[in-house]
Amino acid sequence: MTGERKQTLRRELEAIVGRGAVLSDPEELLVYESDGLTLFRALADFVVFPRSTEHVAAIVKLADREKLPFVARGAGTGLSGGCLPSEGGLVISLMRMNRILEIDYDNQLAVVEPGLVNLHLSWAVGPRGYYYAPDPSSQQACTIGGNIANNSGGPHTLKYGVTANHVLGLEVVLPDGEVAWLGGRTRDPNGYDLAGVFVGSEGTFGIATKIVVRILKKPQAVQTVLAVFDEVTHASDAVSAVIARGLVPAAMEMIDQLTIQAVEDAFGCGYPRDAAAALLIEVDGLAAGMASQLERIVAACRECGARDVRAAKDEAERQLLWKGRKSAFGSYGRVSPAYMVMDGVIPRTRLPYVLDRVNAIVRTHGLRVGNVFHAGDGNLHPNILYDPRIPGEEARVLAAGAEIMKVCAEVGGSISGEHGIGLEKADFMPFIFSEADLELMRRLKEAFNPGGLCNPGKIFPTKKSCVEVGPVAYRPHAIEEKGLAQRF
Amino acid sequence: MPPHATEHATLGPPARALELHGLSVEGVNQCVHCGLCLAYCPTFSELGTEMDSPRGRILLIKSLAEGRIALTDSTVEHLSLCLDCRACETVCPAGVPYGRLIEAAKAEIEHQRPGSLVRRAFRWVNFGLLLSRPRLLSLMAASLRVYQISGFRRLVRGSGLLKLLPGALAAWEALLPDMPPASARAPLPPVMPAEGERRARVALLTGCIQQVVFGADNRATAAVLVKNGYEVVVPQDQGCCGALNAHGGDHARALTLARQTIDAFEGARADAVVVNTSGCGAHMKGYAYLLKDDPAYASRAARFVKSVRDVSEYLAREPLRGPLRPVPMTVTYHDPCHVVHGQKIRTEPRRLLAQIPGLRVVDLAESDWCCGSAGIYNLTQPEMAGRLLERKTRHVLATGAEAVVTANPGCILQIAQGLRARGSSVRVLHIVEVLNRAYGG
Repeated sequence: MTGERKQTLRRELEAIVGRGAVLSDPEELLVYESDGLTLFRALADFVVFPRSTEHVAAIVKLADREKLPFVARGAGTGLSGGCLPSEGGLVISLMRMNRILEIDYDNQLAVVEPGLVNLHLSWAVGPRGYYYAPDPSSQQACTIGGNIANNSGGPHTLKYGVTANHVLGLEVVLPDGEVAWLGGRTRDPNGYDLAGVFVGSEGTFGIATKIVVRILKKPQAVQTVLAVFDEVTHASDAVSAVIARGLVPAAMEMIDQLTIQAVEDAFGCGYPRDAAAALLIEVDGLAAGMASQLERIVAACRECGARDVRAAKDEAERQLLWKGRKSAFGSYGRVSPAYMVMDGVIPRTRLPYVLDRVNAIVRTHGLRVGNVFHAGDGNLHPNILYDPRIPGEEARVLAAGAEIMKVCAEVGGSISGEHGIGLEKADFMPFIFSEADLELMRRLKEAFNPGGLCNPGKIFPTKKSCVEVGPVAYRPHAIEEKGLAQRF
Repeated sequence: MPPHATEHATLGPPARALELHGLSVEGVNQCVHCGLCLAYCPTFSELGTEMDSPRGRILLIKSLAEGRIALTDSTVEHLSLCLDCRACETVCPAGVPYGRLIEAAKAEIEHQRPGSLVRRAFRWVNFGLLLSRPRLLSLMAASLRVYQISGFRRLVRGSGLLKLLPGALAAWEALLPDMPPASARAPLPPVMPAEGERRARVALLTGCIQQVVFGADNRATAAVLVKNGYEVVVPQDQGCCGALNAHGGDHARALTLARQTIDAFEGARADAVVVNTSGCGAHMKGYAYLLKDDPAYASRAARFVKSVRDVSEYLAREPLRGPLRPVPMTVTYHDPCHVVHGQKIRTEPRRLLAQIPGLRVVDLAESDWCCGSAGIYNLTQPEMAGRLLERKTRHVLATGAEAVVTANPGCILQIAQGLRARGSSVRVLHIVEVLNRAYGG
């Protein structure tokens, strides 16, 4: 972009959002070069901070007119490079649109702006006995807008579903700058479920500017069990055993030894350092029957070889166990300068096989892996640890990651549970989707985003790696060009 | 796969050591960019810009050390806007030693961008003269008292002379607390015997500014310690601990003051060194790291650090000795950053307050958020300091408490000023003052 054009655009953007709400200095743009997945980086030309729907619409209209790519960003805690300005252009930061506009307790809903931190909604409605159920592990920092983009899950997905199950309606700025409402305030939308289509579209269908979410009454009783195992396979077996008994835990998380040690170094949460794996199992609901549910869980774990099974004795201990679980990714900073998290989903019954394969693959590449994941719904998070300062290590991480994704696909699973496809998994899409599937998705994207300016370069594979059709010229992915990856 | 690949299964060989102004910033490599710190950073919360978040600043510091960016105006601005409150350290799962990183960055800024002649002179007067020489500071306090009570201040303020001063100096004049009379500034006796059965011998840091502005709190600290069976010694040759220098990027003098402080306290042969100011306590607990490369002081510093205790931390080890008189008041507690984040002391002051009969303690929203005082931050960054103070006073007033209890002179001055500006009569008290009242003080 020429200096002159940049000056003109900056002035135009400032005319919309005001001074102090547009960044274009290189050092300032630098901090927006990645999200929580530092393996991928890209620099924007501008970062803009709107305060209202009108601001967003005007910015998007300007981008449309100037043919500038644009992407929305919340807290930048995403783990797939989904909010990266991979083709330059504008980053539209929604962090200054973080208000709770309305809370309607009688109808159990809240209307919020996209930059609101997920946990802050639960804090706001907590005193009246309510909470917002989707709880991604980064909920203390991530925004509801980002959760919408990725259809985020979290530990309690097992019982309560993902973000899509908690969104009633959205006001969105479409990629041409028009403002539309998708869905509404009731749970039975008429016509196409466009809110459902929008949630999980990873910012490629437009930018949500107001979000109507459900708020739930806090359960009467909650019990959290820590089950400790000396063998990872025993822990995997216990996951299936609990579910086979007809129990539906609110959450069932597995955490392996390497991760336990990192988490214990971080906050001393009470996970035994010498355990091969631990399960964190939570049941909630009516107080009546809670004790018997707990007993059945304890029995199932013991039958599968648990060394120790105990319930958190009070709320403080329960919170501490969850703090450990939810800080796990960040804790890897204690054992490695960087990590890449995978987000595969597999049938729960294949856990022992897949975990073995994951460990073997990572070992073959000379790397280490920590596992901490939503075991109950088979949503794996192998975290491959690496050092970006060692030449060639990033390439090996990517290669190992691709092999893990293949294993997930082979056992009938998928390549993303909740982190989104973003940049990172775009080239894995053909592992699980046929060309016809992808074509249908492309047509849907065209309907919302015909100009292709809204978050370009995401979700869709950049190469015809697995399905070579016609005389399409092969185009290497940016990370291949950087020597970070190779074609299989 | 290359045959040597497994060699890298553990942490690989480090690249070039990352330093700023000769200080290691290797800690940047612990940051995995997870972003869990973001919502806990006061400046990010106010501005929403990631250069003003811990994660963003760490990336700036890393990029500076790697030579990827230069120390431009905007980088200086974003790093200088950091309060050094260390709230990010409390929530950081990766254990990034953020305080050290930002101190190194500030030292680099001072080295590369010392600023105008006036600014440099101002820093030299503060860091080079006043903080280094307790007698000068005392003289300064005496002159200020004359200025404040003689009517000369009213004259100066009315004359518009202040408008001629550089911005920071004028702000400094406005924020200057009223100097207490000479009796309150007088030094404490060198030894105060314990009352009742003696539990231990403690040495008290009376501090630099603390002694001239808040001498009363030092007296209260000593009195409460004495009532609890501690023999209190006050090393007479102690000076400033160097915390303000370190936080302000004046690394060389910080080293000198740390050595002098160790010298002054070693002779006291006390079981503990008790501190009643948050920034000093947190900084003194870091002496071992600060002096790790000084062969003459490294092991002495490591020993010294083990004895440093915040006054709440120290007193809360045992139940308070009675009899305690009722203090019939409703109060709320504000956590000073360098007590709660710098020293991880959260429950101790609350446990102490809970023992005072008649005292009702109500919760303060965002009690562990910086009030904007942050050393001399309210002078250097008045706008952000004002926003955070406004946020703090709003929460304080929402509690309905008659007083805010806290544990640091900077917070006391700042919050009191914020409350005064709102026309509130809510008082701000050091925790030792409340404890001392329970002992009839």
